[in-house]
Amino acid sequence: MAIEYLNKSDLSLSQKLWRLNWLFVLVLLATASVGFAMLYSAANGSLEPWAGRQILRFSIGIGLMLLVAMTNLRIWLKYSYVLYLVALVLLGAVELGGTIGMGAQRWIDLGAVNLQPSELMKVALVLALARYFHGSNIEEIGRPLFLLPPMLMVAAPTMLVLRQPDLGTAVMLVIGSGAIFFVAGVRIWKFAVLLVATLISAPISWQFLREYQKQRVLTFLNPESDPLGSGYHIIQSKIALGSGGLFGKGFMQGSQSHLSFLPEKQTDFIFTMLAEEFGLIGGLVLLGLYILILAYGFSIANSSRNHFGRLVSMGVTTTFFLYVFINIAMVMGLIPVVGVPLPLVSYGGTAMMTLLFGFGLLLSVHINRDEPIGRRGAADDF
Amino acid sequence: MQRDNERHKNFSRRAAMLAGGKAVLISALVGRMYFLQVVESKRYKTLADENRVNFRLLAPLRGRIVDRFGVPIADNQQNYRVLLIPEQTDDIEKTLLRLGGLIPISKSEKRYIMREVRRKRSFVPVTLRENLSWEDVARIEVNSPDLPGIMIDVGQSRFYPHAIETAHILGYVAAVSEGEVTGDPLLELPGFRIGKSGIEKVYDRVLRGASGSLQVEVNAYGRVIRELERNEGQPGTRLHLTIDTQLQKLASEKLRGESGSVVVMDIYSGDVLAMVSTPGFDPNAFNKGLSTSEWNALVSNDRSPLINKSIGGHYAPGSTFKMVVALAALEKGVISSESEVYCSGETKLGNATFHCWKRGGHGTTDLKKGISQSCDVYFYEIAKRTGIERIAEMARRLGFGARLGLDLPGEKPGLIPSDEWKRLVIGSPWQQGETLLAGIGQGYVLTTPLQLAVMTARLVNGGVAVTPHLTRDIISMDSIVRRNKVENRDIGLIPSHLALVRDAMNSVVNVPSGTAFNSRIKKPEFRMGGKTGTAQVRRISKQERENRVLKNNELPWKERDHALFVGFAPVDSPRYAISVVVEHGGGGSKVAAPIARDVLEMVQRRNVAWARNKQSSGEPAISNVIISDSNDKSRRGEFGHGD
Repeated sequence: MAIEYLNKSDLSLSQKLWRLNWLFVLVLLATASVGFAMLYSAANGSLEPWAGRQILRFSIGIGLMLLVAMTNLRIWLKYSYVLYLVALVLLGAVELGGTIGMGAQRWIDLGAVNLQPSELMKVALVLALARYFHGSNIEEIGRPLFLLPPMLMVAAPTMLVLRQPDLGTAVMLVIGSGAIFFVAGVRIWKFAVLLVATLISAPISWQFLREYQKQRVLTFLNPESDPLGSGYHIIQSKIALGSGGLFGKGFMQGSQSHLSFLPEKQTDFIFTMLAEEFGLIGGLVLLGLYILILAYGFSIANSSRNHFGRLVSMGVTTTFFLYVFINIAMVMGLIPVVGVPLPLVSYGGTAMMTLLFGFGLLLSVHINRDEPIGRRGAADDF
Repeated sequence: MQRDNERHKNFSRRAAMLAGGKAVLISALVGRMYFLQVVESKRYKTLADENRVNFRLLAPLRGRIVDRFGVPIADNQQNYRVLLIPEQTDDIEKTLLRLGGLIPISKSEKRYIMREVRRKRSFVPVTLRENLSWEDVARIEVNSPDLPGIMIDVGQSRFYPHAIETAHILGYVAAVSEGEVTGDPLLELPGFRIGKSGIEKVYDRVLRGASGSLQVEVNAYGRVIRELERNEGQPGTRLHLTIDTQLQKLASEKLRGESGSVVVMDIYSGDVLAMVSTPGFDPNAFNKGLSTSEWNALVSNDRSPLINKSIGGHYAPGSTFKMVVALAALEKGVISSESEVYCSGETKLGNATFHCWKRGGHGTTDLKKGISQSCDVYFYEIAKRTGIERIAEMARRLGFGARLGLDLPGEKPGLIPSDEWKRLVIGSPWQQGETLLAGIGQGYVLTTPLQLAVMTARLVNGGVAVTPHLTRDIISMDSIVRRNKVENRDIGLIPSHLALVRDAMNSVVNVPSGTAFNSRIKKPEFRMGGKTGTAQVRRISKQERENRVLKNNELPWKERDHALFVGFAPVDSPRYAISVVVEHGGGGSKVAAPIARDVLEMVQRRNVAWARNKQSSGEPAISNVIISDSNDKSRRGEFGHGD
């Protein structure tokens, strides 16, 4: 019965393509192009080794995104818990058989590609929480016991990524989930209670941090204390940013970036390179593109006639925002270096796939914005 | 439907709050960007340039020092070094092993190299060995395909071609010591050398030149990416000395094996043509760095090779002082050319007996005989008549008792005693017996070989206060001015007195009874005049005198007499003055006079050859005079003074 209904309400492919927010896709393309240009510059004016591969990845990612967008939102609703469980199992698997890299286990070697379950989890958790709160009403949300299952859904993957240890992802999972709890209508005082509880337990969680993570937090608090050690990255990044000034040093003219003073210029510190070569103006243009994407996210969330779509949109948008904020705040020395890439711009495939998967869901919400979805996936089931 | 609307409204409110929160955070990012890129931008731009731009000093080429003919005597030599660039070889051990087959590398050297390799970045060259011989360089170059990472590099280092003969004049250069650092970054360059003694020290600033600078762009690892700006700086000034290298070498040759000094100067211009002090030392060794044992050997040597005896040695002048006493006596009027003194071989003053060097005495002696046969009794008598004050005053006019201001460090003043001096320093009044001793250049009187040469010059140049110098020009940091024919002060000697003394000095050498007759120059136009001196350095006891005075070769070296000679040539129209001191060498007539003869003969021969050559062509024909610099053509006439 339900399946029949799903089929009935399905839009045709041409209808979907018509309803697709092409302007949004265009903004994504513009943002990614900024990345291509910077990667071209990072390689001293060459497509090798970064820009070319990044274009290829982005093309594949866009294809994936459209595939996700074309998939009916109900399907995502239906399989959201399954997806979450798969991601959780994979995350557990990296604990056992993951490849050692950068001092942290984060990948599963699938032969041809390395799968990073923590990235998959960022989207899967959004879907799972959206599904949970989709089926709730205001009274239920008021009950603390009702909030326990979603909190466990958040806690399980967070503990796993912390053990890896991946501080950045853990922070993103917790705050991203918190945003869904928030828009789902959980009382603000409950967040306050949780925050106080967290602060009290902070010394305990400090024990879970690896030495290098503790060092990063400590270095953040006083980067100048160790100019040649951990603080070096932040100091050099600030010098690069500051010396860029209002208009920058010009494309491919960034001395800090090109003379290797800036670490990881093609990945985590690519924003610094952009701001060095194009100045404050360049930085603001990219930030403008990001704000545009966020604004689309909000408007898609608000225009959805189903709660699942609204929650998924806010979850995806918030995850995206966290990428942007954590990365830029990090390179400017506002928060510790946690190793979060700049979305759509930094070189690398995993974060890009996560984001484009998320944007695919966002577009799916947009396409199906007029579809009411019942508590268990049916249109009239509420 | 109703419930979803309510939920939607609720959601919208919460979403707006969340969006507001995000907006605040994004504003924080923009604010931070503005702070870094606009407010603090200037500071960070400076920091970025400090990161990027590296200043390097370029050491200027040290000025050459040439002799009066333009022959380089302090030069810059290419210094071949072998370097290892670790990143260019896969196996450092193997490369070093192969290199070890060409130039021996000791175990400790290898340890040092490996430590340097670990300490430095892989593209920074490590110096394996300096001052390679040309053979080593050739061997390494030929084998370079088997020596990955090995490179030959050429630097400049100071080189003294006539090292030992010129060491005391030129001095030497060596690495800057901690106390010499002035804040001038040039001095802190690795391998930079500064003048430590001699001309190299006195004229260090002009020889040094001005440093250049190089601005390069470097990356985070210090590798040079490109050159931004280069300023070559100013090479050091070329210094033109008055020394004649060939003469210097001859004088050194004559003093070989002895500890002593020869000074030859132009009696009119004050040009020092030769100034030799033996034994010498090798200044090149200082440049490379002396080992402790080499240094100790130099310092503990009882013949003091490091001291320039020509200016830093104090000697009793002995009989070479007698001209001073004679002039003082003549000027006071206590004697005339005819005054005679009877020499019985000794004279008495109170209870003390003063001996003449000649047992049995000279008999009746006048001024000319007194000088030519060096009669001590004659001079005891006239010194007694003249008094120490007049003798001291004459000595000072002739250049004794004070530094002459030669442009070298380490000049000593000598000592001309007087009553006042003795009361002040020794604390007792002057005794007449001491005047007698001063009359024969013994006792308290101390002189330097340079002062002896200057005295001789002043005696025969008509009595003008010529002063010696080693550089052709008057040099300061901002200007180099040719010395003009210096308007020397007249020291107020009466020409007839000078003629008497000069005649007597002629008879010392050119009359058979003279003390230096055996050392005369036979070629008539080169004949010299002079005065021998034998300075006693020990006290001869009464008992020894009654038995037999020990001969010099029966005494330990340190107790033997100093042999002295002062002279001039040509005897008829003097041009050159000389002083020869041979420490503990024995008698002046036997040891010092022959040296003076050879040196004075050579300086005159070279002058004649020079003049003849100058007449016939513009180019030098004398085989041992090398003109290396065409700029010197205009300056050649200088050698013939008064032309």
